[in-house]
Amino acid sequence: MTEIGHFLAFIAFAASLAQAYWGLLGVRRRSAQSALIAFVATALAFLLLILAFLRSDFSVALVANNSHTLKPWIYKLAGTWGNHEGSMLLWCLVTAGFGALGAYKLNSGRDLFEARAIGIQGLILFGALAYLLFASNPFLRIDNPPLEGASLNPLLQDPALALHPPFLYLGYVGYSFVFALSASALIEGRADRVWASITRIWAMPAFVLLTVGIALGSYWAYYELGWGGWWFWDPVENASFMPWLVGAALLHALIVTEKRGSFAGWSVLLAVLAFCFSILGAFLVRSGVLTSVHAFAIDPLRGSLLLLGLAIFGGGALLLFALRAGKLKGGQDWYFGSREGALASNNIVLIVATLTVLLGTIFPLIGEAVGSPMSVGEPYFHLTFVPILALALLMLPIVQDWNWGKLRRTNISFALRISFGLAVLIGFVAKFVFDSSWISAFGLFLGFWLIFGSLTELRRRALQWSKILRLNLRVLGMTLAHAGIGVFVLGAVIESSWRVEESITMDVGETRRFAGWSLTLDNVESIEGPNWYAQEATITAMNSAQQSRVLKPQRRYYPAARMPTTETAILKRATGDIYIALGDYRAAPSGGYFVFRTYFNPFIGLVYLGVSLIALGGLLSLAGSISKSAKGIRPVKSESL
Amino acid sequence: MRPRTRRLIIVLFATILILVAVGLTIFALQLNANLFYTPSSLKERGGPVIGKTIKLGGLVEIGSLEFGDNAEMIFVITDEGTEKVTVHFRGIAPDLFREGSGVVSTGAFNNELVFVADSLLAKHDENYVPRELQSSDYMKRDYD
Repeated sequence: MTEIGHFLAFIAFAASLAQAYWGLLGVRRRSAQSALIAFVATALAFLLLILAFLRSDFSVALVANNSHTLKPWIYKLAGTWGNHEGSMLLWCLVTAGFGALGAYKLNSGRDLFEARAIGIQGLILFGALAYLLFASNPFLRIDNPPLEGASLNPLLQDPALALHPPFLYLGYVGYSFVFALSASALIEGRADRVWASITRIWAMPAFVLLTVGIALGSYWAYYELGWGGWWFWDPVENASFMPWLVGAALLHALIVTEKRGSFAGWSVLLAVLAFCFSILGAFLVRSGVLTSVHAFAIDPLRGSLLLLGLAIFGGGALLLFALRAGKLKGGQDWYFGSREGALASNNIVLIVATLTVLLGTIFPLIGEAVGSPMSVGEPYFHLTFVPILALALLMLPIVQDWNWGKLRRTNISFALRISFGLAVLIGFVAKFVFDSSWISAFGLFLGFWLIFGSLTELRRRALQWSKILRLNLRVLGMTLAHAGIGVFVLGAVIESSWRVEESITMDVGETRRFAGWSLTLDNVESIEGPNWYAQEATITAMNSAQQSRVLKPQRRYYPAARMPTTETAILKRATGDIYIALGDYRAAPSGGYFVFRTYFNPFIGLVYLGVSLIALGGLLSLAGSISKSAKGIRPVKSESL
Repeated sequence: MRPRTRRLIIVLFATILILVAVGLTIFALQLNANLFYTPSSLKERGGPVIGKTIKLGGLVEIGSLEFGDNAEMIFVITDEGTEKVTVHFRGIAPDLFREGSGVVSTGAFNNELVFVADSLLAKHDENYVPRELQSSDYMKRDYD
């Protein structure tokens, strides 16, 4: 069976070459057919690999190295992409999927442009499949199949992490098609309003999926690593965050190109960069050049090949850009105090912020190159990325109602002043009534300012509160996403300012007080799961209102992988999470005890609520764009500008 | 608005922002770039500096791990076998932390020249050596 999969992957490889060949020659129909063949072949190959995992076929090297018969079937399934080779096949599948979808959904009336875009997607698929088949082949057999597999890293045997990679890849690879559309526009020397409107329709799902993927990964790190936090500025996290930031900049730049025809060159450049950062992310995660809390399989050769791919696609596109940028037409005239100016500033801030993240991420490599190994941690990002982005967010409610072209009125509306006043008041209350630090007070102000500002903008556009739901979906999406950033900022600020964190020690029968709760350790017992055994503590938590809840943190041991993991227990309340991780038993001189790491994370739910609102806003905006382009209101002639 | 004026404003804005970013970065790096040491490289480069955050890596010496009250753990990090640093840490050690295995700790020396660690990073699996330790021959021997 696996040989069939292997063979199908080669068929897809050939089909991708045909897709690229016909596409670049401008034969749209043949290129589209090849894209479909490539997709179907890759999908079948992927299904066969899944089958090998489900059947625990240990004659396949990948299955033997990453699976185990005792694993629950859902993790056998997820184990398919829980390793380097399998996840590369998933990567190829998504690339092929976007190619096929583009081949059958693109309908701009410009065959040559579409053919080339599909062809370039074929070229990317060709590169990805070549990497898969020749440098990380999932279909290889072993001569003497073992009776039992080496199992999947137990940290990855988790529902959120089973879903995290597919979402992340859909996002990363979504930018490959955005890249293809842009490279095709460059070849033609025409990046106009039609191009921007199409590209935005493809860039939006990539952004939404990447958002969901990052959030799932962050949530996993929160409850599985046992460190109490939800973002560690770890290289692997940053690797996914950088394409997200560039993608956010791209979505904003494309609005200008779509509505006014301006920023064409800049939008194309960002589209190219978004994909480059996706490949760079893959390189940082797969090559093992950086020490990470969740380092992946390490192989220098794979890293070099990814860098080669980055050089070929990124370098090629940039070269093309240098040749064609001069040919791209500008749009309508604008003054700096206009929506164009606001969005240009947004882009500059996002890109500079991305560069600070990039520097912090690759800093250990620079240190190593100059001979003094060093690294930067969370404080670096709090001092660079955070203030730069805060500046942009501070301006957002003011500039989001600016007009296209030229600012007609310079005064700030009364409603917006009230919003500002209320947010400032909240900040001062936090500072002087609740005695917070100035930074936390500013953070609270900023969060509320963004939320109130978005509501004000909705009201302004709808003219009346009752008409808000009848607004254009894109406007609703935009304001929802901006309010979501506000909610996220609130959650992040409250959580990091008022988090309580303690290592407490308890023996059975003892009680400790923590964050307004009394925690009693009732017992610690050994239990067994399908492919693990564990020590499980039973803790009764009681608050001042005498409500009691039982928490059961575990320390698991997975014999097949010979690896322990921490299973935290989280008590979710509207005001925050009580979070307990069980440590080891220690025989101290004054008597033995179990160690617990306890956290109170106030309002951490707002972090995830905010991110969900951003994703939802993106979806609404996408729905708005699609229905608009279906109605044919989309500008067709760029010459008429 | 003339395109030239517009370009000028944008370039000016970008330049100011980049300068601010560079300034913040230099400031942040001076405060937070944690140099990596092993116990012997620490000695070579002038011994411990009290209060400065660094990363200290090496092997947990076998037989050195002790537990105190309040979740405190005390152990010795060593590398080539001659230089040793005593480390204090409060909390739960990483799952893979054990005597004789590799560890990278972030923290600072206190007045008694004890290294007080805020965080510990243990090696991930049989083949994983913290990258900073890969150049050390002693480490390679351990993992071969």
